[in-house]
Amino acid sequence: MYKKPAVSFKGTEEQANELRSFIAQAKQERGALMPVLQKAQEIYGYLPIEVQTIVADELEVPLSEVYGVATFYSQFSLNPKGEHRISVCLGTACYVKGADKILEALEEKLGIKCGECTEDGRFSIDSCRCVGACGLAPVMMIDEDVYGRLTVDMLDDILKKYM
Amino acid sequence: MLTIEQLNEYRDKTRDLIKLRHHKLQPELDCGYKYQVLVCGGTGCTSSGSKKILEVLNEEIKNQGLENDVKIVRTGCFGLCSLGPIMIVYPEGAFYSNVTVEEIPRIVKEHLKEGSPVKEMLYEQTVCEDGSIKALDETDFYKKQVRVALRNCGVIDPENIEEYMGTNGYQALAKVLTTMTPEEVIDEITKSGLRGRGGGGFPTGRKWAFARASQSDQKYVCCNADEGDPGAFMDRSILEGDPHTVLEAMAIAGYAIGANQGYIYVRAEYPVAVERLKIAIKQAEEYGVLGDGIFGTDFSFRVGLRLGAGAFVCGEETALMTSIEGHRGEPRPRPPFPAIKGLFEKPTILNNVETYANICRIILKGADWFASMGTEKSKGTKVFALGGKITNVGLVEVPMGTTLREIVEEIGGGVPNGKKFKAAQTGGPSGGCIPAEHIDVPIDYDNLIALGSMMGSGGLIVMDEDTCMVDIAKFFLDFTVDESCGKCVSCRVGTKRLHELVTKITEGRGTPEDIEKIKELSKYMKSTALCALGQTAANPVISTMNYFEDEYKAHVEEKVCPSRVCKKLLKFEIIEDKCKGCTLCARNCPAGAISGTVKNPHKIDTDKCIKCGVCMDNCKFGAIIKK
Repeated sequence: MYKKPAVSFKGTEEQANELRSFIAQAKQERGALMPVLQKAQEIYGYLPIEVQTIVADELEVPLSEVYGVATFYSQFSLNPKGEHRISVCLGTACYVKGADKILEALEEKLGIKCGECTEDGRFSIDSCRCVGACGLAPVMMIDEDVYGRLTVDMLDDILKKYM
Repeated sequence: MLTIEQLNEYRDKTRDLIKLRHHKLQPELDCGYKYQVLVCGGTGCTSSGSKKILEVLNEEIKNQGLENDVKIVRTGCFGLCSLGPIMIVYPEGAFYSNVTVEEIPRIVKEHLKEGSPVKEMLYEQTVCEDGSIKALDETDFYKKQVRVALRNCGVIDPENIEEYMGTNGYQALAKVLTTMTPEEVIDEITKSGLRGRGGGGFPTGRKWAFARASQSDQKYVCCNADEGDPGAFMDRSILEGDPHTVLEAMAIAGYAIGANQGYIYVRAEYPVAVERLKIAIKQAEEYGVLGDGIFGTDFSFRVGLRLGAGAFVCGEETALMTSIEGHRGEPRPRPPFPAIKGLFEKPTILNNVETYANICRIILKGADWFASMGTEKSKGTKVFALGGKITNVGLVEVPMGTTLREIVEEIGGGVPNGKKFKAAQTGGPSGGCIPAEHIDVPIDYDNLIALGSMMGSGGLIVMDEDTCMVDIAKFFLDFTVDESCGKCVSCRVGTKRLHELVTKITEGRGTPEDIEKIKELSKYMKSTALCALGQTAANPVISTMNYFEDEYKAHVEEKVCPSRVCKKLLKFEIIEDKCKGCTLCARNCPAGAISGTVKNPHKIDTDKCIKCGVCMDNCKFGAIIKK
């Protein structure tokens, strides 16, 4: 069931225009919905109902179809993410090297569960399946930075960089 | 339009440059540079800081005025990810491992300016006792490898099409378009015995022949680069290190089946691969090896890029096509097979990245050459992503039929920290485990299936005695529960129920009946699920149950986890004789479960203990044990 995010939508007209002009172009090709949602998430950071409505109207497809696709793929998020997005790899190679303990420690330090965002909006934690840096397992990403060969002791120093 | 003469000119222009990137001194060749420095730009090395190293290297070379003597090349993955960042200097073939920014000035000054490699910074296995440098090919990690699909990874600059042409790139496409009929191409691929490298192992030539035989005004060639198997990264490395080989092979497939449009479906989680593919497609179009009337023939071919959005099921062929069409990536029943009715309801072939990476070589070197490698029913080589509890984590390519022992002990350097090899997991969430007693089995499609596992895309995760097999089975079920698309009942509900049953066992609530229930449910799922995800979801459980029955029994009957992993079954205890009463454990215990006075042995209250292990980590006397 659709649950409205706790944070209200703060999209600007500029963002909407950028999305609309992208859609006008993408519409020519078959199967445009996925690339459009990817672009929309790039612009807004997430896909609230307001953004899905723009996509549905402009592509002339039912909102239900947009919602169906947006909720199917794990890359798409209906909730806003933190200013810094932490993503802990739970792929097999990282798991056998103790990635679950890293995730647990992070959850405890930030006081949120995986998939949630801290109250001040600074951090969100997600898990992902294999970023492909198995040589460095266990691995996590904060935004675009990759941290490998992690131990629980390293986490405080790493988080400090983003405070 | 590019003519074949022009293609040959490009090849001759860069050929020597690339030939010199070989662990063999070739004084007869001259590429105009004194040194070539290859820096790995794969995801593994980029994560460990190779970008910064490139920057500093460029700067330092400018400072020393060596721009005209030294060529810096950012390549794809060398394979030895655990030693990253990696840098090789030719002509010597000096292999610098775990390179740090601080080391760069010294390497530039002593090696590139004064001509003597900095030996103590080289990978120790490449330095002989007499101080000479050993070729990388002769180290344990590379010695047994045969690189076909990975031939250009770590050798060429993937963002430069001319370097690819210098390795006979696009010559296979030229040969096919000007000297072979589509039927001859398909025959050659069939004769080579190449089987799909994405998991199923279906003969590639047969797949192409089906699509060739379908009549339609429009056909498609698709490439599956949605490598979702956690712990597998061979396709990513090929895309990052040698994207043109995939484009060239797709064009050859297009010619063979009569298609003029291709799509690559690649994971959005692979930003480097996506970027390199974009550059490769653009360059291929600019040079005229993709587009209209290629090499002056009437064959046209274009390639589009589609990004996956994180759904494992999209690795299944019908789901992948549904996703390219812009819908929820749910599979549909087969038949009709994609060769008859695929993407946008048109005949379509779908092959995986590694399969395509073999095609050009087969065309140029012949089916017999390819078929001379491997076992009776599995020809050629296979790339494995070696990970987990193993010394040399990385990518290896070996002939089919190589034994697991050779891969783990010789190439992989064995299990670190003196631990014992317990099992290797192949095939990801659809596969199973190969226990130590079968370590000498030659790996090919059929042997793995006979052992209750499967090739999968080639992830090979090594586990040691500290890995609990019930916990691993639960880990894979976590994954399939998450990734089940929900379309068919037996997968949607079946994975969930299986997960519950296995969780019960790991928490010490399991009963012997649960084991029977798991077996029965697995059978139903295998015969009724819509696609391979559901049909194979029980494999990790069934396979671990077969080989590690004792471990399941210990969990169920004795309520003990022999590997001491399953938290709910653990018990922390303090050995009285060893405890010095320093109080460190009691002060650090988050649950206040430890009591005792200074200089007297402490005690853990097991009812209060939350089994976090902090006490054990903090104890300086090794007085706390897990039971």
